[in-house]
Amino acid sequence: MENDSAIRELASACVGQTGAPLTALRRIMAAHGHIADGHVGIVADVFNLSRADVRGIVSFYSDFSTTPRGRRHIRICQAEACQAVGCRGLTREVSAALGLGLGETSEDLAASLEGVYCLGLCASGPSAMVNERIIAHATCEDLLP
Amino acid sequence: MSRALVPNETLANALGANEFARELDARGHEVIRSGGFGLAWLEPMLVIDGQAYGPVRDLDALEEVALGPVDEIPAIARQRRIVFDRCGRGDPMDYDPTWLLDQLRRPPREIIAEVRVSGLRGRGGAGFPAHIKWQTVHDTPAPQKYIVVNADEGDSGTFADRLIMEGDPFRLIEGMLLAGHAIGADKGIVYLRSEYPLAARIFAQAIAKARELGLLGNFEMELFIGAGAYICGEETSLLESLEGKRGEVRTKPPVPAVAGLFGQPTLVHNVISLCSVPGILRMGGAAYAEIGVGPSTGSMTFQLAGNIQRGGLYELPFGLSIRELVEDWGGGTRSGRPFGAVQVGGPLGAYLFEEDLDTPLTYEATAKLGAGIGHGGLVVFDDTVDRLQQAHFAFAFCAHESCGKCTPCRIGAVRGKETVEALAAGEYTEDKIAVIAELCDVMEEASLCQMGGMTPIPVRSALGIGK
Repeated sequence: MENDSAIRELASACVGQTGAPLTALRRIMAAHGHIADGHVGIVADVFNLSRADVRGIVSFYSDFSTTPRGRRHIRICQAEACQAVGCRGLTREVSAALGLGLGETSEDLAASLEGVYCLGLCASGPSAMVNERIIAHATCEDLLP
Repeated sequence: MSRALVPNETLANALGANEFARELDARGHEVIRSGGFGLAWLEPMLVIDGQAYGPVRDLDALEEVALGPVDEIPAIARQRRIVFDRCGRGDPMDYDPTWLLDQLRRPPREIIAEVRVSGLRGRGGAGFPAHIKWQTVHDTPAPQKYIVVNADEGDSGTFADRLIMEGDPFRLIEGMLLAGHAIGADKGIVYLRSEYPLAARIFAQAIAKARELGLLGNFEMELFIGAGAYICGEETSLLESLEGKRGEVRTKPPVPAVAGLFGQPTLVHNVISLCSVPGILRMGGAAYAEIGVGPSTGSMTFQLAGNIQRGGLYELPFGLSIRELVEDWGGGTRSGRPFGAVQVGGPLGAYLFEEDLDTPLTYEATAKLGAGIGHGGLVVFDDTVDRLQQAHFAFAFCAHESCGKCTPCRIGAVRGKETVEALAAGEYTEDKIAVIAELCDVMEEASLCQMGGMTPIPVRSALGIGK
């Protein structure tokens, strides 16, 4: 899915659907891992929007990233229910071990750390995700490689 | 051969349910992937030939976690499960459409009348009487009317929408089709947050099944996945997002019931509001109105979360006290330390303390405290809770999630956050408190939506600043 024609095809397949630009961007994220500069122009073109409109959408939603995420993408819930069971401490621990702050990706793209607001496991926190895997009662060991 | 119900539910799966299902299958059991019962501390909870076991850690040591017959578990038997009556009891795709098809032959005005008599109010946070929205959409002439389901369940401490969509998606489909029939809408879209991938898979499967059963007729049903923005839980922001734009809130009026999605009359409801409708029609609006207290009628799907021993979903009539929920149902803090605070109704809800615990959980009583019942989530903290830190988070969260359209919210949240930081750094002066109080006033009075308008609630309650 690296080349522009594949991205264009992917975006074009969404034309006519409800909320199509968002769905197209989500599919680009899934296929490519991030939304590159060139993709913005393609999406703008396919949906007859300005580049500024598309950049506006990309920057608004936290699921869209303009830079690649780490191969091990760690997300730790930062919301109240997880705060009540120690997510702040857990985040500090993981952050120190990885040498990454929230929202940062390691230079070699091995890992990235991100905060998330609620995974819906609020009675069994702290909750976290490593790539697609959802973790309840998360500990530092669960999250580190 | 025995019949084993193994929940296919995000929490249960995170705790090993998938592996247990495979293992039971290999051992020759008839394995059915059901919904979860919502008793988080017992997950994964398996039901084998009617006998419940949980939390299961080892299939060879089931007797150590035997709970007896599933219907005799007090935490289930003592609930009043109207929305969740089917959830957990079998394969959610195993659906008998007879009742629904009968109901869809009733005259629309009769269905709206039942909803009116039931006193149903929105379960998403605002608590607005449902029938007024239904009647408005019904009465507004338009070429296209929509039902939009708000499944952008972003409040920390809430998971009812997720549980019902994973465990009984047909309950939501029933609610949508009944509402569509009543108000004359033939298109329904569910806006589901992207953090719920399993709910998305199961609900998409249920839509396909409904189509196969011939339930949809000419009703178009669609599932839309959000992109990680809390503000999209606000109804006008959600509509903007569905139109493929930034989720910036709209000014009201017009309300969505008059001009919503693509400018057409739109019934926007929270998942649980719509899921309450089948139960109302089953028992009759009048019988439903008998449940609960005063104008807070029916059952609420309370969700007990945070630092709590027996957290989970408890569907109960309105009116029990916060203390009963936290202490009797929840068993107090998980850490074993003394109770510290409870935030009622999500990130825009109030922090309540020991002296408030006897407040009954109704729309009216919580409003009197300047709180709100929200989507029914309660987040418990033990006595290590740091009030200043929680006030800081309320502002920081608002700054992070604000759509940026109106100034009080966009700038107020940032200034509030900075001011609390100054307080925390030891610059504790009366004038800093005065600045925060004034910011709260401005945000409350002048914000376009409840994000800015209600952020002052957790701030004031955490810091003990009166209005």
